[in-house]
Amino acid sequence: MENYFQPEIECASQEQIRAWQNERLCKTVKHVYNNVAYYREKMQEKGITPDDIRSVDDLHKLPFLTKDDLREAYPYGLMALPLSECVRIQSTSGTTGRRVIAFYTQHDIDLWDECCARAIVAAGGTKDDVVHVSYGYGLFTGGPGLNGGSHKVGSLTLPMSSGNTDRQIQFMCDLGSTILCCTPSYAAYLGESIRERGLRDKIKLKAGIFGAEAWSEEMRRDIEKALGIKAYDIYGLTEISGPGVSFECSEQTGMHINEDHFIAEIIDPDTGEVLPEGEKGELVFSCITKEAFPLLRYRTRDICVLTRKPCSCGRTHVKMSKPMGRSDDMLIIKGVNVFPSQIETVLINKGYPANYQIVVSRVKNSDCLDIQVEMTSEMFSDSMGQVTAREKELVDALKSMLGVYANVKLVAPKTIARSEGKAVRIIDNRNLH
Amino acid sequence: MIVNQISVFIENAPGSMSSLTRLMRENDINIRALCIAEVNNFGILRMIVNDVYATSSVLKNAGYVFKITPVLAVPLKDEAGGLGVVLDVLGDSGINVEYIYAFTASQKGKAYVVLRVEDNEKAIKVLAEHHCTPVSQAELDIDS
Ligand SMILES: [Zn+2]
Repeated sequence: MENYFQPEIECASQEQIRAWQNERLCKTVKHVYNNVAYYREKMQEKGITPDDIRSVDDLHKLPFLTKDDLREAYPYGLMALPLSECVRIQSTSGTTGRRVIAFYTQHDIDLWDECCARAIVAAGGTKDDVVHVSYGYGLFTGGPGLNGGSHKVGSLTLPMSSGNTDRQIQFMCDLGSTILCCTPSYAAYLGESIRERGLRDKIKLKAGIFGAEAWSEEMRRDIEKALGIKAYDIYGLTEISGPGVSFECSEQTGMHINEDHFIAEIIDPDTGEVLPEGEKGELVFSCITKEAFPLLRYRTRDICVLTRKPCSCGRTHVKMSKPMGRSDDMLIIKGVNVFPSQIETVLINKGYPANYQIVVSRVKNSDCLDIQVEMTSEMFSDSMGQVTAREKELVDALKSMLGVYANVKLVAPKTIARSEGKAVRIIDNRNLH
Repeated sequence: MIVNQISVFIENAPGSMSSLTRLMRENDINIRALCIAEVNNFGILRMIVNDVYATSSVLKNAGYVFKITPVLAVPLKDEAGGLGVVLDVLGDSGINVEYIYAFTASQKGKAYVVLRVEDNEKAIKVLAEHHCTPVSQAELDIDS
């Protein structure tokens, strides 16, 4: 049986959700216009005032906010309330450029906690559960978000934070943790460590809520098997609040966006045009209940698809797919959108290292995609037939994932530079600009 | 009755062969036999060396991807049709030969054929029955 934290909201009719959104959007636009000079100027540049926004249908008239805006307005430029009204900050890791700081009033934190509580209940959590939070605590939103959600549910909360695997496993065994919250890679690592220590029978986990990084369906199955749990995805970003912007239900076919708090749009990342339901594009969020840091039309740069198909769990809120990539990494090859993260997923699934290089060129007016992949001892064999068969398997998997043919070039190990940057990963020789 | 062959992944790029052979030379490893199988953009270099253990550690340290494969080294009779006899014996017993290459021993007039087959045990048995017993690693080493 499906449980809900706030059934009257999570299962509300589409009309009811729309009514909430209309009212809250108008209110938030006024609030932002009156209190955020930075955004007011952007609206004025487009020649609009809060009177032009009467419902969600008018949302497209509002200007976008991007990460660049957040950097430019750093640290206080997008605050809609004075600091004295705020009780907390959280911050992004700042891996690219200047970090983002988000501000929260007590009300903002309560709503955020409720969003996380919905995710925990959707994963089967009740007040009788022991919620083991191994996300980092501190500026990172992961720990505080799930911690707050667990409190709202009334579960016993273990604020483990990340690291110290021995202690994590000991608490799991001694206190009977039932729901694990952490990054999927740490969950996989914990699964491995528990197996190595022969403690699989001593843990009582039944579910996991994993997010904050990309993971594949294969990884989900591996984690579920290793820990004997059902693994749920959760999505969020500090700019919008933190984890719990959307979360997975028992159907595990996408994450329900908390539409009473956030309005989601999918846009064409190149033109900014709003795309119809079901099309793949960049996810844009507008916060409609936040007080201190209510971003409107914030471009997440995550590429995904929204669907309103009825869900077997009974929730009515729109579902988003797992992000398929980042709009700023997107390549258009033969008219098809290709994301490096898709290539990465295929490589990992097929047993190759995720270190690769993409070379795009134009041969006889046609785009040509070459992917250099490092050979490994595991994938190598003395039999040419076996090596080429594995190579073909990789080519086929890439074709079915990307929708375009990619030429695979196997190269010697450790010959592709290790780098976080896009510049090294992708070499575009087409001179399109 | 088997011999360890080292199969190395090599990129199809200028100099990849010569840097491997240079590495062997610098480490006093004697390559007794060598053959390359190639496809479009990579190759498998297969070699019989005088010291398998030393070669593995040298390759490992240099970051090469390689495999040690048990193969058969059959001494060829120094007479016309010597190779044909070996292949006939295997063919008649339904043993597939995946690849084959030959090399000469340091002893004058002596040659070996290296065979990669699906079933080493079975191949050794039928070859022995026809007086073409493959040599062991030790026998081959003595001959180097
Ligand atoms: Zn659902």
